[in-house]
This record gives sequence, C-alpha cells and structure tokens, in this order.
Amino acid sequence: MADAAIHGHGHEDHRGFFTRWFMSTNHKDIGILYLFVAAIVGFVSVCFTVYMRLELMNPGVQYMCLEGARLIADATQPCSPNGHLWNVLVTGHGILMMFFVVIPALFGGFGNYFMPLQIGAPDMAFPRMNNLSFWMYVAGTSLAVCSVLAPGGDGQLGSGVGWVLYPPLSVKEGGMSMDLAIFAVHLSGASSILGAINMITTFLNMRAPGMTLFKVPLFAWSIFVTAWLILLSLPVLAGAITMLLMDRNFGFTFFDPAGGGDPILYQHILWFFGHPEVYIIIVPGFGIISHVIATFSRKPVFGYLPMVWAMIAIGALGFVVWAHHMYTVGMTLNQQAYFMLATMVIAVPTGVKVFSWIATMWGGSIEFRTPMLWAFGFLFLFTVGGVTGIVLSQAAIDRYYHDTYYVVAHFHYVMSLGAVFAIFAGIYFYLPKMSGRMYPEWAGKLHFWAMFIGANLTFFPQHFLGREGMPRRYIDYPEAFAYWNHWSSLGAFLSFASFVFFIGVIFYTLTRGARVTENNPWNEYADTLEWTLPSPPPEHTFEILPKQSDWDKGHAH
Amino acid sequence: MAHAKNHDYHILPPSIEPFIGSVSAFVMLFGAVLWMHGGSPWACLIGLVGVLYTMFVWWKRVVEESHVGDHTPVVRIGLRYGFILFIMSEVMFFFAWFWSFFKHQIYPMQEYIGTEYVAPHIHAIDPFHLPLINTLILLLSGCAVTWAHHGLVHGNDRKALVQGLAIGIVLGVAFTALQGYEYALLLTHDGWEFGGDQFFSNFFMATGFHGFHVIIGTIFLTVCLIRAIKGDFTPERHVGFEAAAWYWHFVDVVWLFLFFAVYIWGTSHLG
Repeated sequence: MADAAIHGHGHEDHRGFFTRWFMSTNHKDIGILYLFVAAIVGFVSVCFTVYMRLELMNPGVQYMCLEGARLIADATQPCSPNGHLWNVLVTGHGILMMFFVVIPALFGGFGNYFMPLQIGAPDMAFPRMNNLSFWMYVAGTSLAVCSVLAPGGDGQLGSGVGWVLYPPLSVKEGGMSMDLAIFAVHLSGASSILGAINMITTFLNMRAPGMTLFKVPLFAWSIFVTAWLILLSLPVLAGAITMLLMDRNFGFTFFDPAGGGDPILYQHILWFFGHPEVYIIIVPGFGIISHVIATFSRKPVFGYLPMVWAMIAIGALGFVVWAHHMYTVGMTLNQQAYFMLATMVIAVPTGVKVFSWIATMWGGSIEFRTPMLWAFGFLFLFTVGGVTGIVLSQAAIDRYYHDTYYVVAHFHYVMSLGAVFAIFAGIYFYLPKMSGRMYPEWAGKLHFWAMFIGANLTFFPQHFLGREGMPRRYIDYPEAFAYWNHWSSLGAFLSFASFVFFIGVIFYTLTRGARVTENNPWNEYADTLEWTLPSPPPEHTFEILPKQSDWDKGHAH
Repeated sequence: MAHAKNHDYHILPPSIEPFIGSVSAFVMLFGAVLWMHGGSPWACLIGLVGVLYTMFVWWKRVVEESHVGDHTPVVRIGLRYGFILFIMSEVMFFFAWFWSFFKHQIYPMQEYIGTEYVAPHIHAIDPFHLPLINTLILLLSGCAVTWAHHGLVHGNDRKALVQGLAIGIVLGVAFTALQGYEYALLLTHDGWEFGGDQFFSNFFMATGFHGFHVIIGTIFLTVCLIRAIKGDFTPERHVGFEAAAWYWHFVDVVWLFLFFAVYIWGTSHLG
C-alpha cells in the first residue's frame, strides 16, 4: 500500500533548515516542533516541582530563603522563608503544565502529526495558519517565561497567585509579571483557538473517500472532540483575563466589591473554561490509549461507537459542571446539589471508556511492549484519579477535602499520571513511525517502571496527607505531616530521574536506535492509515488519496 | 519532486509570515506591558505595525491564491467551515462579557447582606434616542449587505453589489461615528467614567468590544468593496464576501443583545 503514499519519484528533502522548521506548512514537521518545545517547557516545569518537593521533604524551610535560594541546605546560615518564591513556583508549574506542556504535546503534537494521517488527509485544512498556531504558542511561552523573571509582587520577581489567577490577589499583585502572564495566556489561547478551527475543519472536510464520521479512528475523534472544547471554552477565558487586565491597569471594578464588582464572578467564568480545560487535557490521551490497547491486545477496540459517544458526552457534560470547583464559596444548596449530580453523571461515559478498554484486553493476546505498559499504567492510575474525583464531587465531603493535598493527589492522578502517561504511551508507540528508529525495549520498560513507582510514591501518600488535613500551597507544614511528605519527595526525585533517563533514551534512539524498515513495526491490529506509510513518512503523504480498502478493515465498526 | 498532487486540497509552500506575525505579537504584548507600567509606547506600536503588516500580507496572499485557482470547491467549503468556527469562538468571547453584565444586573452587589457598597448615582440615558438610531443604522447596513449579496448571486448584478456594499460601509462608519459621539457625550456631559463602578466597567467593555468588532467588520467590507470594483467575486465563487457578510450579521446580532440587555434593561433602574 505504501506505493500510493510514496508514489515513485524521489522524495529527497530539498528544504533548508530554516525553511523546514521556521517556515513550515507541513503538519508532520509542525507536530514535531510542538512535541519538542512542549518537552523543553515540560522539563522546566518539572524542575520547578522537584525544587518544591525538595523544600517539602522536611518540615521547616531550608532551601527557599529570603537570603537567597539554595540547592544545598545549610543549617549554619540563617534562612527566613521566602513564601513569594514558593508561590511563584506553584504558579509557574501550573500555568506551564496546563497551557504550555500537555495541550501542545497531545493536541498540537500528536494531533497535528497523526490526525490528518489517520483520516488520510494530505495535510491540515489551513497549513499556514497551523504554523501561526505553533509560533504563537512559542511567543506565549516566551511571555510566560518573562513573567516568571519580571518584577512582580512582594518586591520580588514573578507572580505568586496560583494558575487560576483568582482576584483580588491577581489584581493586587504588583509589577509587570502578572500582566505578562495574562498576555501569555491570551496568546496561547489564540494559538489554541486557531488550532481548533484547523482541526475541526480538517476533520470535517478532508476525510478519505468513504470514511464516514463513524468510521474515523478513535484518536482522530478524540482530537475532534477536544477541538470543540477548545473552540468554545478558551474565548471565555480570554474574556475573564481581559477583565483582570482592566481591573489591574485601568481602574475597572469587575471583581472589586468596592465598585460593585464580585470576585466570585471571576471564579465562575474561569471554571466555565477550566473544567472543559481538564477534558481538553485528557481526551486526546483517551484516543492514544485506545489504539495502543487494541494493538497490543491484538483485538479491535471493544465498542467503537460507545467509545465515540462517550467522548462526545464527556465533552458536552464538561461544560455544565464547572462550579464543583467552588463548593465552598457560598453557593445555595440547590446549586451545590445540581453541580454534584451533574458531576457524578460524567462517571457514566468515563466508565464506558474504562470498561471498554478492559473488554478490549479481555481474551486478547496481550503483549507487554513499552507502549502497552504505559497504557496499562494509564488505565490503573486514571481510574484511581477518577474514583477520588467521585469522592470530591460530593459537596458535603468537599467541605473537608477542599484545598487539601487530597485534591492535589486527585488531579495529579488524572493529569500527571493520566495525561502524562498517555503522552509517554504515544511517544513510545509512535517514535518508530516518526523517527524511523526503534527505542531499546529494556530502556523504555525501565523508564516506565521508574516513573510508575516514582509517581505513585509521590502522589499516593498525598491522599493520606489530605485526609490528615494538610492544606495545599504552603511552603511549610507541622511535624505531624513529615513522614508522608518525606516519602512523597523521594517519589518526586525518582520520577525526575526517570525523566532525565527518558531524555537519554530519546537522544539514543534518534542517533543510534535500530532502523525500522517496515511500515508497521507492531502488528496488524495497528490498522490505521499512518501504519501504511514508510517510517519516517515522506514530506508529503497521501498525494494520491487512500482507497477504502487501505483502511476499512470492517471489524468493530 | 513533490507537488505531484492528485487531489483538490490546498498544499501550501513554506511561508515566513507566521513567524513574523508571532514575533510581532510578542513584541506588541511585551511592549503593552511596558507601556501600561509607565514605559514608552514604542515597542507596543512597532509590534502592532508588524501584526498589521502580517495580516495585510497574509490575506493579500489568500486573495492571490484564489486567483490562481488554489481554491477548489472542497477548499472553499473548508474556508467556510473555518470562518463559521471563528465566529463561534467570537460568540463565546462575548459570552464572558454578557455573563458579567447579567451577573451584576441580576445579583447587584448592593443587595448582598452585609455589603458596604452603595450604587452611585448614574445619570440615565434614553435608550430610544441615540442607541435606537444606531440600532436602525446597523440593521439597515445589514440589509444593504444582503442586498449586495442578492445582487451578486442572482444574475451577477455588479451595480447592486457595489452599491449595496458601499451603502453598508457608509452606514457602518456612521454607526461608529455616532457611537463615538455618544461615548464623548456620556463621558464629558453626563459624568460617566471609563471604569470605576462595575456599571461603567460592564458598559464600556461590552459596547467597546462590540464597537471594535464593527470597525473590523467595516474594514472587511471595504476590502470586499475594493475587490468587487476590481471585478472579483462571481455568483458561484465569493467566499471572502460571504465571510464578510456573515461577520457583519454576527456584529448585528451582538448589537441587538446589547441594545435590549445593556441599553434598555441595564439603564432602566438609573435615576
């Protein structure tokens, strides 16, 4: 089948470096750019957390001192706690991970590279605008980094207001830092909206002949659903942070009670965006996991149609549950009851997905290659995070858990262990396709086990800390919480080590990895169109559109 | 080598505009922060020039590409999808401003238990004076654009196309002028402030962003007028004009919401 894709005449790449990577209108190159930048930003963001876990390893403040931040504790020198630095790192970690790492990697990276391939499209609908999305993301990232380094609150550098940017703190925080952060989110938001327009149009307009909506592979579907969430939720955030900007700089009073404004209004508008944002992060992961599990169970995915409808349902429900992030702000009982019920309803489509993945594996001949390990890890950990989510959805129980480490554990189980495991599953699954080289199997497995143990060690004890009543977002804690914090920090160091090891694995694979000669290094259940192409695919793919027999295997759907 | 394409989709050559536009956007926003904190406006303005330059070159290219036949029927469908989606994102942007307006309107802070906030006395305006005239102007402008569209689609009536567009643009400019006049009146004569109380915050941001969109739409229509005079657009192929018309109607609808909600309902309690 590859002949249709390569189609004879030599495909040497005549583009120069600058032309290829700075002026690209090629969805595969732009996808790689997204993954590359997301990895760099991810590394920065992970470094922030490792430093935070270092500080939290023992009670008392040993590292983040007003006298100067330290990497090695020194009991002989005085150390007054620098809470602002702590707050800046918390904020930076959140903003970078939410806006500049996970979405660009899953939606920008894998979405760009594989969604058009899976539907047999020669490129995106608007290839030039695709590159604008990428470079605006880079510009936004640059503004975010500037924000961390610019004069901010407390006479220090950076803003320490939390990634949600709640007023009145975000309005009162001095300096330029906060305004830079607001513009960073504006830019990355515009980038994501343009990307979403591109993805939706591509999906609707460029599917291969005969590929009706319910024959589209699940990953392409997941990107389509995600694009709708981005398109409809990010502009609302743009409005909210524009109000912040006006309040900060031009004496407006959207959120200032002294002028009749209302800080709770900001929370509502933010979470109207923020909850769909959670699904924007995880839904593309659902798509990747479906393909990985089907491939390494040697079975077509169980219940294709329910899988699609579950994603649509999760996306739609994501817009009507936002205030479950705000049970404690003083809503009426009726409001709380509604948001609680609506939130629990989401467990139904999510359950459909989890059980369908299990049913896919049921009776399959499972092969534990590295991507499958990550998918397995995803399944287990995402379910744990989902179950604690059900616990937190109860307004009454949330009285006790709100803003404790239980919440931190919950959302890291779905994001740090859910979305990130899906990213790694995708990377190991698609690395041979994208690079034409195979990673060493033992290294991938070692990376998985180190990260799996490390991440669990980091976050599982945080459930205990939360139940003991340890609040989030503090630089210090009393002796009573010391034990599990110590373990949690050890887990963070192990995860960090696994991440550094991963960088080595990638570097090794790209330079020395064994060449992949076949189009499909896995098995016949990796049956979507990208596996009919050479590894790596040529510059232009599907210049002759694929025939229905190339992709329509007739099973499952 | 490449470009032996056997499909109707649009594959583009490499382009530097996205990079230039993004660097400009960075400079513009970084400059805006400096400016807001008492620095000079130059960085912001230079960035703005870069952004405007990018837009100009970009859309000039798109028009050129349509002339050389890159916009096949399937590409034109894609362009339409893309523009409708863009308008949907714009609708959601206004969603935030209306949310804020409705919140303050339905649950005003002065009614909260324990509040010390007292709503200031705000000089009332008559929504059935200038705002009503503006409503009629904007709706008429929409009619003129629809007339132009009708003229184009049915029998390729160039005169109707050009006249309709010209009238639509003149009315659009009139709307902006009257809105500017009203702002000036409110701020100087009626003692309204730009910011300050939440009422002013909501009023000026909601109507201000709408006004900004009217200006964008007017420019879009003007570009279409110039293209129409030059002989662009046929009854079958006029995606650019269609997009401008859709955008204009979107701006119309937002105004209707503003008129009924912000102007009539929102000012009804003022003394």
